[in-house]
Amino acid sequence: MSSDLSEIEKHDDSHPELNAHTDALLPDPGLHEHHWRPTDVDPKAEKRAERQVALYFGLSAISSVLFVVAYFLVEPGYDGDVWAGYGASNLTLGLTLGFALLFLGIGVIQWARKLVVDVEHTEERHPAASSPATREAAVAELKAALNESGLARRPFLRNAMLGSAALLGLPAIVMLKDLGQTNAQITKEQPYPGAGLEHTVWDAGVRVVRDVVGTPIRPGDLEVGDLVNAEPATIFDGSLHGAPLQIAKSKAATILLRMDPNDIENDVTRNWSVNGIVAYSKICTHVGCPISLNERTTHHLLCPCHQSTFDLADHGKVIFGPAGRHLPQLPLGVDSDGFLVALSDYPEPVGVSYWERNTYDIDEIFDEWSKDHAADAEQYGYKEGGQ
Amino acid sequence: MSTDTSKVAASNGTDAAAPAGKPTKAGAAANWADERLGVGGLSKFLSRKIFPDHWSFMLGEIALWSFVVLLVTGVFLTLWFKPSMAEITYQGSYAPLRGIDMSEAMASTLDISFDVRGGLLLRQVHHWAASLFIASMMIHMMRVFFTGAHRKPREINWVIGATLLLLGTLEGFTGYSLPDDLLSGTGIRAADGFMMAIPIVGTYISFFLFGGEFPGDDIIPRLFTIHVLLIPALLLALIGAHLILLIYHKHTQWPGPGRTEKNVVGYPMVPNYISKMTGFFFITFGVTALLGALFSLNPVWKYGPYDPTKVTAGSQPDWYMGWPDGALRIMPGWESHFWGSTWSWNIFFPVIVLPMAAWMVVLLLPFIEAWITGDKREHHLLQRPRNAPTRTATFVALMVFYAAFWAAGGNDIIAIKFDLSINQITYFLRAFVFLGPIAAFIITRRWCISLQRHDNEKLLHGYETGTVIRTPEGAYHEKHLPLPEGEAFAMTVRDRGRAGDEPELKKNGKPTFRAKLRAFYYDHDVDKPTAEELSAAHHHAEHEAHELAAHEGHQVDGHDFDDHRHSAIEEPLSK
Repeated sequence: MSSDLSEIEKHDDSHPELNAHTDALLPDPGLHEHHWRPTDVDPKAEKRAERQVALYFGLSAISSVLFVVAYFLVEPGYDGDVWAGYGASNLTLGLTLGFALLFLGIGVIQWARKLVVDVEHTEERHPAASSPATREAAVAELKAALNESGLARRPFLRNAMLGSAALLGLPAIVMLKDLGQTNAQITKEQPYPGAGLEHTVWDAGVRVVRDVVGTPIRPGDLEVGDLVNAEPATIFDGSLHGAPLQIAKSKAATILLRMDPNDIENDVTRNWSVNGIVAYSKICTHVGCPISLNERTTHHLLCPCHQSTFDLADHGKVIFGPAGRHLPQLPLGVDSDGFLVALSDYPEPVGVSYWERNTYDIDEIFDEWSKDHAADAEQYGYKEGGQ
Repeated sequence: MSTDTSKVAASNGTDAAAPAGKPTKAGAAANWADERLGVGGLSKFLSRKIFPDHWSFMLGEIALWSFVVLLVTGVFLTLWFKPSMAEITYQGSYAPLRGIDMSEAMASTLDISFDVRGGLLLRQVHHWAASLFIASMMIHMMRVFFTGAHRKPREINWVIGATLLLLGTLEGFTGYSLPDDLLSGTGIRAADGFMMAIPIVGTYISFFLFGGEFPGDDIIPRLFTIHVLLIPALLLALIGAHLILLIYHKHTQWPGPGRTEKNVVGYPMVPNYISKMTGFFFITFGVTALLGALFSLNPVWKYGPYDPTKVTAGSQPDWYMGWPDGALRIMPGWESHFWGSTWSWNIFFPVIVLPMAAWMVVLLLPFIEAWITGDKREHHLLQRPRNAPTRTATFVALMVFYAAFWAAGGNDIIAIKFDLSINQITYFLRAFVFLGPIAAFIITRRWCISLQRHDNEKLLHGYETGTVIRTPEGAYHEKHLPLPEGEAFAMTVRDRGRAGDEPELKKNGKPTFRAKLRAFYYDHDVDKPTAEELSAAHHHAEHEAHELAAHEGHQVDGHDFDDHRHSAIEEPLSK
């Protein structure tokens, strides 16, 4: 050991201060003597090991055949065979395949461990770096190659080549532009109803309907404490299909909750409610999960993904958790047939935050909304101070 | 090393495989290939390559083979999976969802699960192998760092390995997002939220990836291409590079008799490792097949198709995505608004900045350590974790940091299972992610230092024999015996600490920042004994043994109990 270390020290003279720390305390006793295994010296043990390995291979082969048998005989699927609570097809196929592989692997490893020569060898290491001679030769050749190419002598040509090669990146990048339209384009062109991050398919007079069956809701249908997952009637009128439908649902999902009107703690929330019924965006303002867990006594709504908690009695403000903003509230009214309707689209973008989002506090939002929508909303029974 | 082959079993075929003058079929095939491909040179280079043996060197192999299992099962799955978001009405054999509208991706996943024989097995083996792939990469990484195998000349292989871990994680995320079920759709929606939170370019990234607004109908086909083509190609290339570098550098080895910085002691590629590795591939595959047979995971039929208005409680990503999700959960809801823009620190910091920063730290660890120690020598002998206390403590601190966030990713589950307040768990973890790693660092370092002391104790005074001796005066003490030569040697093959080095000085005569870090790095390290201490201790032991022997009626040599111990020590690296 000591001699080897000193060689390394010589090899790396740049670190004399480190080499002072590498003293060899004890002499290297050298590789220990080889221990022969029973299978090396005892023909009986050797034969036994051979039989073991052959047995493993045999078991593997049997398992493979059983896999084929199970494939054809055991019925898969929801109505298929069930054994001990397991889907029989998956269980038998998995077990037979697993054992076919395991026994083959065990057999090969047993062979390697018991019958293949297990004598230790020693191999010399070499430094990762190439030898100084190789390095010099490589540098000389590179220099010669550079010379022959004339790259150094013709800097203008070289730079022109590099420049044009770099510009070839442009087509590759420009091609990506058509991956999708930007938010600004979609918002401007409105290729489908409610397009863009600032809009949903909600609009003045759109009925609030139950999310699975699509039936409209009268205020009297809800008891205090009732929570309903709602959608705009637009989702069910058959006008939307495919991606526009999914996009519409992903933004328009709404929570309706009826509470005691006296529990409402915020004037804006009261203005946008009907008989204590409030509507909020179901899309969490954190990273966009649909919120679904309601605490009846506190009017708190909890997001199951990251536990942001919002107070529905107070403009959906954040009580707890990582969300940074209140839940947008949907102003509610009642149409001439007595069904709940929206007074407008959501007064602010729903869902996750994004950089271009112009974010205001709830009173600013309400003032802005009053200017644009309050007059129209009166036909749905809206009046400031509660309905 | 000459081998006494006389004892080797006849079945090993120590005779030449192809006797001269009589070309066998295999010989003819080899000749044909060599004349066209020159495989002789490659075979000569590789076939007798020596690899050292230790159980911990197998961890990376698990990662390699689970990747192969992923390739095999993945190719099968692509035969039936339809990466399309076109809406169809499900008419397959799973009755509870029959007649429901869903994407072709979800419907084909249900077909694979219920109508393709063995399809469910393929899905489950693929998913299990993915978990195994990432778990084994992580444990392999711990092994490498704790034993100092990341040091020169292997820093680049460390960087490749860290990149493999990152890519493997992304590959896992894109993979479990493909079925378009309720859980994975929720994950994609959260990912959309992450992208949107990136300042300035967030919406552009999201709209380009989704082909417009979330969810659109492009994301599944695009994730499919990323999952089956782009990332696997990168993984394959990097795994190739990882293995080529492993062969070029030759594997590290533990110190021991005959093992030096300049050699590698072990068994040759052919026949030992080629057979063990082949066998181990089948075992890895077999274990994942049994897991797929017995343990269901990701039952997408129970979640149902993705519907952007729904979510299930307890929505959790796969475990390896859990720690950024935990960071997201315990981050305070900081959001700034100015000049008509919104800055979501509550999202951008925990899921974009933190994981990238953590990855960069992991990537740079070997370089940071080398900069602090100033050690530019090649290292091929491994270190025991205790012999680099600051390094070991640093990584344990990082692990606790990771674990705290990971636990935060299950804060709702913890709250339910242990009947605790989710608010209190969250407040606790907010503090613990900072305090836990510091405590772990201090405890680990002290622990390592104690173990170093223990090693010195054994070197100087021998190991405890279990033989208690009563002296004629009535006193009792335990007899210690010197360590076996090989073990004692292995323990002394390590550098001395450098706490007492002359520090680098700045122009104003004060130590440089690096000098302070270096002093901290080696602070309190317990050096191996000096040669004088060692000989004095041995002299003392001999004297004591002599005195004892004089008092005793018969020689108690203490070897009565250490048969087992000797056999374990003298061949620490053999199988």
